[in-house]
Amino acid sequence: MYKYNDFDEAFVRERVSQFRAQVERRIDGSLTEDEFKPLRLMNGLYLQLHAYMLRVAIPYGTLSSRQMRQLGMIADRWDEGYGHFTTRQNIQYNWPKLKDIPDILDALADVEMHAIQTSGNTIRNVTADHFAGAAQDEIRDPRPYAELLRQWSTDHPEFQFLPRKFKIAITGAEHDRAVIKAHDIGLQIVEKDGEIGFRVLAGGGLGRTPMIGKVVRDFVPEADLLPYCEAIVSVYNLLGRRDNKFKARIKITVHETGIEEIRRLVEERFAEIRPAFTGVDQQILGEIQSQFAPPAFEAADLAAYRQAYDADPVFRAWVDTNVTPHKRDDHGIVSISLKKPGATPGDATAHQMEVMAALAEAYGYDELRISHEQNVILPHVSRADLPEIHRALKEADLAAANIGLLSDIIACPGMDYCALATARSIPVAQDIATRFEELKLEHEIGPMKIKISGCINACGHHHVGHIGILGLDRAGVENYQITLGGDGTEDATIGTRTGPGFAYDEIVPAIERIMLKYLDIREAEDETFLQTYRRVGMEPFKAALYPEKAKQDAA
Amino acid sequence: MPRAFTPKVVTANRLLEGDSVWLTADDRWSTTIADAELIEDEAVAQDRLIHAQSQPDLVVGAYLADAKAGENGPEPTHFREAFRTRGPSNYALGKQAEV
Repeated sequence: MYKYNDFDEAFVRERVSQFRAQVERRIDGSLTEDEFKPLRLMNGLYLQLHAYMLRVAIPYGTLSSRQMRQLGMIADRWDEGYGHFTTRQNIQYNWPKLKDIPDILDALADVEMHAIQTSGNTIRNVTADHFAGAAQDEIRDPRPYAELLRQWSTDHPEFQFLPRKFKIAITGAEHDRAVIKAHDIGLQIVEKDGEIGFRVLAGGGLGRTPMIGKVVRDFVPEADLLPYCEAIVSVYNLLGRRDNKFKARIKITVHETGIEEIRRLVEERFAEIRPAFTGVDQQILGEIQSQFAPPAFEAADLAAYRQAYDADPVFRAWVDTNVTPHKRDDHGIVSISLKKPGATPGDATAHQMEVMAALAEAYGYDELRISHEQNVILPHVSRADLPEIHRALKEADLAAANIGLLSDIIACPGMDYCALATARSIPVAQDIATRFEELKLEHEIGPMKIKISGCINACGHHHVGHIGILGLDRAGVENYQITLGGDGTEDATIGTRTGPGFAYDEIVPAIERIMLKYLDIREAEDETFLQTYRRVGMEPFKAALYPEKAKQDAA
Repeated sequence: MPRAFTPKVVTANRLLEGDSVWLTADDRWSTTIADAELIEDEAVAQDRLIHAQSQPDLVVGAYLADAKAGENGPEPTHFREAFRTRGPSNYALGKQAEV
């Protein structure tokens, strides 16, 4: 893992002390809210419905046990004993008090963390494949590049006042677990004639106007990564629509300008700035890469594991659902579900964070990841240790065996917390998961991604859910629109709206009708919902969702 | 045609705690909407809002929210404002935990 150097340490500490003085001046009245707001946003501090909210960056979703433990300590000491892991691999605290924020930021700095650029019109936390460094299908660990991008983008003087926020995601595998096509810049590590480089996409995004990213260049050599990204952001910085917030993201710039013209401008700018990158970045990359060397994997005797797997059906179900094959056969990638049916997606208590930290320390080569699907990953675990890990997770109420299944729902905080939300999302997720737990249908349904957003900004990624749910305010009442067929992988697809929305108490029955229809019409047990939808299209699901309308049409 | 004025309360979040508060007729900030001044006149509403906005040392983001007269005082008419009087629905935290 990356270790802060003296520069990083001094930079983060200085920002904390600056912000401490700013908070003091706000409280004593020297700063007005108008003056203070941009300063607090630069440090990840929002004011939400019921309280302040602090968003802490977890760079490319990677944590050490020490950092996870500290996140738990902060939740316990300065918040209400829990934290919320987000779809940008960050953590949010929902109840901090203004005067405590500088102390929290100092506690974060103690473990090489911060909340810088988690808000504002800047380049945000770079996200990465949560299986990075462990996945079987990976060409290269993407995290050193993510770290390089983090260092380049943090406090980058040219990019502190972009037309709008800017999000970069990177994957090192062909199978996209990082939703790169829905990012402002999406990077995929590729290999060409033995050389490492990047397929670079731009102009993807969800929100009000969802767009799939377009390829700017198919192969950018490793050494050109920073100047090429800088060229893209630079072109966007000039062209981006500052006149209209709703048209200010790069997806609109690319859409309105056309990818060919964007490509031309980017290449032109790239040619101009490339000579200024004299190799310092590559030297830094080399240093970063040495810190991401794979752990010293230990071979283990798997007899006890196999015995437990054969003997204990609960353990077996958990392994089959939550453990992904590792690049080493005797290891596994453990996904710890933060989605126990009825629980708030992405929430973990201080105690649970402590338990996960301890597991990473004892069995996981000291590494944890946060996935954009709001779960926690132990990326490297010897299969011999899985029975003990499972036992400890059960004790901490973290052993839900539902990764990739219906109750593994992404949900944004929605109107339970967020000042921008137009409807609630958390209780909808809780009710759907609880209902299907009662029906015992989740394993029969198989792979299913339900994603819920409580407003058009789509933090819950609803556009790329197999089933997407969007909560809106319709004449003062919560109303939920459903989309079907979305996909956030390398086959990225924006879901299609089914038709009129559903009231709060109608949304769970509506999802149930979709699922029962799917079970009814799938051609085989292994035809997934997404495959069935792609085969039959919208009509059968529409008929199930709107029986009255179907009856009228038939008459 | 301008829309008819509907009764309002002045609400904001407290600077230090960040929780939601309502402006009372005797110029206090209460954590209970029932204590709020229900304003029936548009000019008075604007006046009271300006008054609220002149207290940046106490509150942040003051605005006028629709409300109606209830048995014990003003009540919210929109679900967003109702959540602000209670707290989130997933945990017993916020105002609902204080009573």
